[in-house]
Amino acid sequence: MANDIVVGKIEPGCKKVDPILVADNVTRQFGGLTAVNVEHLEIPRGKITALIGPNGAGKTTLFNLLTGFDKPNTGSWQFEGKNLAGVPSYKVARRGMVRTFQLTKSLNAMTVIENMRLGAQKQSGENLFAGIAQMWRSQEARITEAADNLLARFKLDAKREDYAGSLSGGQRKLLEMARALMSEPKLIMLDEPMAGVNPALTQSLLEHIKGLKANGTTVLFVEHDMHMVRHISDWVIVMAEGKVVAEGEPSVVMKDQAVIDAYLGAHHDTDLGTMKKGK
Amino acid sequence: MDWIQTFNLTVGVILDPLTAAYILCAIGLSVHFGFTGLLNFGQAAFAAVGAYGMAIGYLTLKLPLLVAMGFALLCVVLFALILGVPTLRLRADYLAIVTIAASEVFRYLMSTSAFKDVTGGSNGLSQFGYDFFDWNPIPDGQYNFGPFNWTADQFWLRVFSFGLVGVATLLVWLMMRSPWGRVLKGIREDEDAVRSLGKNVFSYKLQSLIIGGLFAGMGGIVFVLSMSNVQPQTWVTNFTFMVWTVLLLGGAASMLGPIAGGMVFFALWVFVNEILAGMASIGWLPFLDPAQVGQVRFILIGLALMLLVIFRPQGMFGNKKELRFNG
Repeated sequence: MANDIVVGKIEPGCKKVDPILVADNVTRQFGGLTAVNVEHLEIPRGKITALIGPNGAGKTTLFNLLTGFDKPNTGSWQFEGKNLAGVPSYKVARRGMVRTFQLTKSLNAMTVIENMRLGAQKQSGENLFAGIAQMWRSQEARITEAADNLLARFKLDAKREDYAGSLSGGQRKLLEMARALMSEPKLIMLDEPMAGVNPALTQSLLEHIKGLKANGTTVLFVEHDMHMVRHISDWVIVMAEGKVVAEGEPSVVMKDQAVIDAYLGAHHDTDLGTMKKGK
Repeated sequence: MDWIQTFNLTVGVILDPLTAAYILCAIGLSVHFGFTGLLNFGQAAFAAVGAYGMAIGYLTLKLPLLVAMGFALLCVVLFALILGVPTLRLRADYLAIVTIAASEVFRYLMSTSAFKDVTGGSNGLSQFGYDFFDWNPIPDGQYNFGPFNWTADQFWLRVFSFGLVGVATLLVWLMMRSPWGRVLKGIREDEDAVRSLGKNVFSYKLQSLIIGGLFAGMGGIVFVLSMSNVQPQTWVTNFTFMVWTVLLLGGAASMLGPIAGGMVFFALWVFVNEILAGMASIGWLPFLDPAQVGQVRFILIGLALMLLVIFRPQGMFGNKKELRFNG
């Protein structure tokens, strides 16, 4: 199993058979604090990779750096073999590497469907003159159809004409993810996709993320919910204090004593309810 | 108090070219603020660049008036680029500070005696508008429509200025229903979200600044054609705040907002002035000297602006939902 992802020994920063994203020596300091210090990191193509680690491990900062929302002190990284360091965030997205945010950024004073349409790429009506000249109608119809399909899959179709600001926190998370998918990304980076989503919806969302993989999209996500990590990820990368400290298959990594100590805690596998009862 | 005169003045100002000038500036501001979320507090400068651009183009560069108008709009584009390129990467509130400063800088540059030969210094410029009235296709005579009594030239000026208002409104309507406008609205809500969807936010903000500035430049041109001179003290910060009041009264993100806002604002402006002046002159307001009425009017308008923003932030025509969820 492992050797269809990894070349050689499994260790932090190990080489992958077919990496979609390769980062080298990426560091980011905030004053005296080193938030991110990643020597080497490869994200396998076509897989679901989870990025876990305690609060303040630098996961979101790494997301920001890789997607051009923050500038590193040092480092280089390539997406599909092409350099991505120093590329502005909007161009990163156009190349097919699209992210969502930990604090949801739904566009509240726009309707759900308008949020979705905004996610589409290469709408020629986004040029001012083509926009005035109405040269976007047929494209808009295609985009709207794709948007409606995604909304139905995310169970947001009933909210189509509502303002995004009137949605619940969980629904906004779904909307943000659906909107990111409108661009048909090659790599989607989800920052805590499950935070605030109710359990019934979580299940369908997990299936959805698996569906993305089936369609050939690579997924990288940050998540604190270990059940989700175990359930859907093919590969787990653990960060602590800005560094990659462990990598591996979920079942293996979660048994790693260093990971358990650093992050999961001794009782990571037990339900809080059972613990109480056991006492 | 002369009620008929009060009525005629109040209604007459609705179709005054100066009202149209403010409406054009407010349409520009609706593109900046209402649709893109750019806090531009220097709209007076965009209008001033248009006004001075036309006057200088005609008087100093000896361009035909129509070409001078084109030259004025070119100046507005340049001004927007100079202002926008360094500042649009800043956060919204910094833009407000920079634009208000830039508009004051421009005004002082125009009024300083150093460039008197070109700008006219504190006296401003005049005698550039005759050609405009030579274009007048309306036959000579007096035109009376109810309370509106115009000469042919006055009629022509109104047709021209409100024609521009119509064209500007149509253009904004076409822009804002297109995917281009959708990107602007997205930027108004959250720049980073729009960036993450692959849109070049900086470029869109710059386009918005230029387009809104062009409408203000047209407003400036209409203003000085109506006054038949350019004065530096016209373009004080008060001008900008009047434009803001017009916009917020009508609704910042609506098509008819600037038009209705401008008409209602100036009708009230004149009406309040006439009423207060009338009451002061017959001794009903013993604490008020008739000469002070002008200032009181500003106080009342300031109060109205505050109440408006607190109790009806969407204005007369705005969509309440578009504002309610902000924040």
